[in-house]
Amino acid sequence: MKLPIYLDYNATTPVDPKVVDAMVPYFTESYGNAASRNHSFGWQVEKVVEDARELIGKLICAGGKEIVFTSGATESNNLAILGAAEFYKKKGKHIISSPIEHKAVIDPCNALEQNGYEITFLDVDKHGCIDLKQLEESIREDTILVSLMAGNNEIGTLNPIWEIGQITRKKDVLFHTDATQCVGKIPIDVEKMNIDLLSMTAHKFYGPKGIGALYVRRKKPRVRLSPIMFGGGHERGMRSGTLNVPGIVGFAKALELSIEEMASEAERLTGLRQRLLDRLNSELDYIFLNGHPTERLPNNLNVSFGYVEGESLMMGVNELAVSSGSACTSASLEPSYVLRALGVGDDLAHSSIRVGMGRFTTVEEIDYAADKMIEAVKRLREMSPLYEMVKDGVDLSTVQWTSH
Amino acid sequence: MAYSDKVIDHYKDPRNVGSLDKNEKNTGTGLVGAPECGDVMKLQIQVNPDNNQIVDAKFKTFGCGSAIASSSLATEWVKGKSIDEAMSIKNTEIVEELSLPPVKIHCSVLAEDAIKAAISDYKKRSEG
Repeated sequence: MKLPIYLDYNATTPVDPKVVDAMVPYFTESYGNAASRNHSFGWQVEKVVEDARELIGKLICAGGKEIVFTSGATESNNLAILGAAEFYKKKGKHIISSPIEHKAVIDPCNALEQNGYEITFLDVDKHGCIDLKQLEESIREDTILVSLMAGNNEIGTLNPIWEIGQITRKKDVLFHTDATQCVGKIPIDVEKMNIDLLSMTAHKFYGPKGIGALYVRRKKPRVRLSPIMFGGGHERGMRSGTLNVPGIVGFAKALELSIEEMASEAERLTGLRQRLLDRLNSELDYIFLNGHPTERLPNNLNVSFGYVEGESLMMGVNELAVSSGSACTSASLEPSYVLRALGVGDDLAHSSIRVGMGRFTTVEEIDYAADKMIEAVKRLREMSPLYEMVKDGVDLSTVQWTSH
Repeated sequence: MAYSDKVIDHYKDPRNVGSLDKNEKNTGTGLVGAPECGDVMKLQIQVNPDNNQIVDAKFKTFGCGSAIASSSLATEWVKGKSIDEAMSIKNTEIVEELSLPPVKIHCSVLAEDAIKAAISDYKKRSEG
């Protein structure tokens, strides 16, 4: 077993060697520009791109022409939200989203708010679930778009995409979903789910970074978007810029491989996730699962440990490449806004650990990770005055703290 | 964030972790910080009343590696000192010893506060 153990598959994944093999010829041999119409170098890769487009479309039950290549999910989200807002502004300026969306959705929404749009952020419960009734009631005459993610990147909670699609279709409002965490992991059918716009990125499913796509529905209804980048009118005018041919080839290959083993992999990862949670629960008290207990991404576990501090916890598990809900380790000192929106206290938000499992995660690694987490938490609790006080029956909320 | 070797050493091998009986007359307990700020330190001293010398010190800290190291170091430093000498320990000395970066200076301040709070608790109770 190699240390450190990579357990951050919700952040990114290694590129599958088969994907690399598929990409290599498009760097040095078939290096044409897919937009070159006058010679075989261009025609050859144009064909390759169109085949990849068809395949990717098929894998989410869409047509190839409905796939717009982008640099990744951030760009796809920006294009979907800003593009729809601009194009449909005469119809209305109201958008519905949620407070636990990725920043690539929230920030464009906030930018629109500065420009006279109105954004409704739906409430989420303690598991990160929205209320479908509130969604339906929030849709107005001037609502142009509902943007709700398929699966949450931090806490793993899945949105009821099928039900949301029923509502938006009935109300005649566009439905965008950021499916970055779900594509290749859980079945996506844009037809059955009534999805109009869908963001995805290859590096979450063992493809390369820097390539993603936005699915843009072409009929029933035909979705129109104003471009956010100009310069040549590629991708049906929605996204100018020379196509990243090796990236596109890798994207298609990676998605094909992921979907081939999706069902068995989901089952395996769900098993590993449960194994880890069971181990933690059997050895530790005061641990809290963040996100929904069952309606969650197969590969995501997010737990908070009471009475230990986040940064020291991360130091204690430094052999594990996991992510922390405490931003102490990054530039800001704010705890995770997602956990906050769920009503998780700052102390527990700071001591949360997100474990993202994937294709190369083994049982042995999960057992080792469990041991390390248990060991670190036990050790830190031995030196935690808070744990001692709670064990002595002190109610911490009644203590007069000297904040600094 | 990169921690200094000394911080890592104290984190991995903290000195004087534990608790003294806070109701014992010769002891003093300082509890400083707040859970929502991410640091709580409990520092305890045991004093020889004949010469006001600190004969033992224990700590428990909820906080980052630098907070654990600052309080661990504080217990090492106060042991064997008179309470007046311990009162004069400055946070800047802790910063220097542990090479704390600017964002972690508050950990050293908290450790200094914990020492002072423990001594003041001892004084209050030994007089009372």
